[in-house]
Amino acid sequence: MAAPTNQELIDFVVREARLIDEHRLDEWLELFADDGIYWMPLEWGQTDPKLTASLMYEDKLLLTIRIERLKGNRTFSQKPRSRCHHVLQVPQVDKRDEPANEYLTYTPMHYVETRHDEQQLYAAWARHTLTVVDGKLKIKLKRVDLVNCDAAFGNIQLFM
Amino acid sequence: MSRYRGNVEAVRNLIRETEVHRDVYIDDEVFQLEMEHLFGNTWVYVGHESQVPNEGDYYGTTIGTQPVLMVRHGDDTVRVLHNRCPHKGTRITTETYGNTGKFFRCPYHAWTFRTDGTLRAIPLAKGYECAKLEESHAGAGMNPVKHVHNYRGFVFAKLNDVGPGFEEFFGESLSSIDNMVDRSPVGRLQVAGGVLRYMHNCNWKMLVENQTDTCHPMVAHESSAGTAIKVWDNAPPGAKKPMAVEIYAPFVAPYDFFEKMGIRVWPNGHGHTGVHHSIHSNYSAIPGYFDKMVAAYGENRAKAILDENRHNTCYFPNLMVKGPIQLIRLFKPISANKTLVESFTFRLIDAPDLLLERTLVYNRLINAPTSVVGHDDLEVYERAQEGLKVDANQWVNVGRLYEPGEQTDITAESNGTTEWQMRNQFRAWSKFMALSM
Ligand code: FES
Ligand SMILES: [Fe+2]
Repeated sequence: MAAPTNQELIDFVVREARLIDEHRLDEWLELFADDGIYWMPLEWGQTDPKLTASLMYEDKLLLTIRIERLKGNRTFSQKPRSRCHHVLQVPQVDKRDEPANEYLTYTPMHYVETRHDEQQLYAAWARHTLTVVDGKLKIKLKRVDLVNCDAAFGNIQLFM
Repeated sequence: MSRYRGNVEAVRNLIRETEVHRDVYIDDEVFQLEMEHLFGNTWVYVGHESQVPNEGDYYGTTIGTQPVLMVRHGDDTVRVLHNRCPHKGTRITTETYGNTGKFFRCPYHAWTFRTDGTLRAIPLAKGYECAKLEESHAGAGMNPVKHVHNYRGFVFAKLNDVGPGFEEFFGESLSSIDNMVDRSPVGRLQVAGGVLRYMHNCNWKMLVENQTDTCHPMVAHESSAGTAIKVWDNAPPGAKKPMAVEIYAPFVAPYDFFEKMGIRVWPNGHGHTGVHHSIHSNYSAIPGYFDKMVAAYGENRAKAILDENRHNTCYFPNLMVKGPIQLIRLFKPISANKTLVESFTFRLIDAPDLLLERTLVYNRLINAPTSVVGHDDLEVYERAQEGLKVDANQWVNVGRLYEPGEQTDITAESNGTTEWQMRNQFRAWSKFMALSM
């Protein structure tokens, strides 16, 4: 792949959300680079993922554990299963750094997670740091900042 | 219809030797009585002094369902005040944290109060000349919580005059706080890293009981910790075990592991798991830490401090301390079927940053609303909260390893899968409920 076009970056982000909504989580995990990270900060404008708590800060191993767990027969918190739904704004390409092979997108979104009779709505900004590996776009970092990141939540079981 | 108010016998009858009536978890009136009596007559954790480091710093929280604020007064002591304006009831501070300077100023009519709560000034004071303000509730300013004790930085308060003094209430159980503080080479802790807040649709006591429920991890957490082990089994041979796997894996240790770890009970409902070893026992060493501890305490004492592996210490009614990983959880009751869980993490002053980092990994993986271990636990609590509606059986069983004539208010050690500590808590519940009814 030559440098991705803006449209390719946008399509990637849209497809990424769709894979989650369709429960195609093994395919979704493939979108991450080997050292890719999924980060959901706890603090407004958080800069430090190590010495400040986060809601999630997960490498591929931790993401794999989550995904395998969702398949488990004794995963009682997923009986019945949760479902989710993303509504994205059109992703904006914030930065293109071709020499460094790094592209940044910014996507405000609403995310709904449901289980039983409960439906929760979350508003967030997703920031993707993307890179091309072996001709394919991959996620180096997906950062999801919740508007109410410091609120007291019930279970959030899937991926935003 | 009031079934329990003013009826101390009815309240006592909710607790049997090995059984607890469901109303203890689901009845609104019992909940209200808990707030008045149990949370009034016991020493309840308010906050850590490092949350208000400078004069005028305040932190807003609750004792039971009563809003209070903790503030650093001019004489450097930490005070606890009821968070209410004596004039018309306005809550004085709305932010959880802040600095008020030398005095609080009510946003409604600008009455001002010193940081010990006393009334400083009111606008248009002349208009009160005949109203005998000095003799009224309002003239007393913001009411201080009368009984406050700062134990090595941990601030506790008791709302009512009845009930035991601080030392008598906690006794030897304070050794768990001591151990966590002593893990700092200079014997000081600081709240750090942010607080995780997790809303639970269940009764607060389900969480308290769960802290010493050692028969559930290998069952409920097979999904999370069990999966973590399975996934890690596919790692290339010789790969270094990540911190996350070290933290997850012991949650599904076999029964034998939990039986041998031991449980200790103390008077007044306190107790802890992990007398001999615990799920915290086998974490990798943090480079440079032990040397600092030896320099500070000498080798023997340093070893003794770090060999203590108490997993969960329950400070009755609603504080849980995990010394070896430097975090506390506070179970804040909201209603009979709603509880806010707040998890605070500590930096050990003068210890390597990697310790705080590990504390935060633990908190994120185990205690966050996004934590899969947390999902396992909350699922079973919520199912219990629902299941208790079944009229056919109105009793919860806590009889594991009960022996007839089991003593109350003693210090004792037992098999790590005993439910003695749960019974211990309910006997204390009964005692402190009845104290002022
Ligand atoms: S209510 Fe506080 S000054 Fe009037
Ligand atoms: Fe658990």
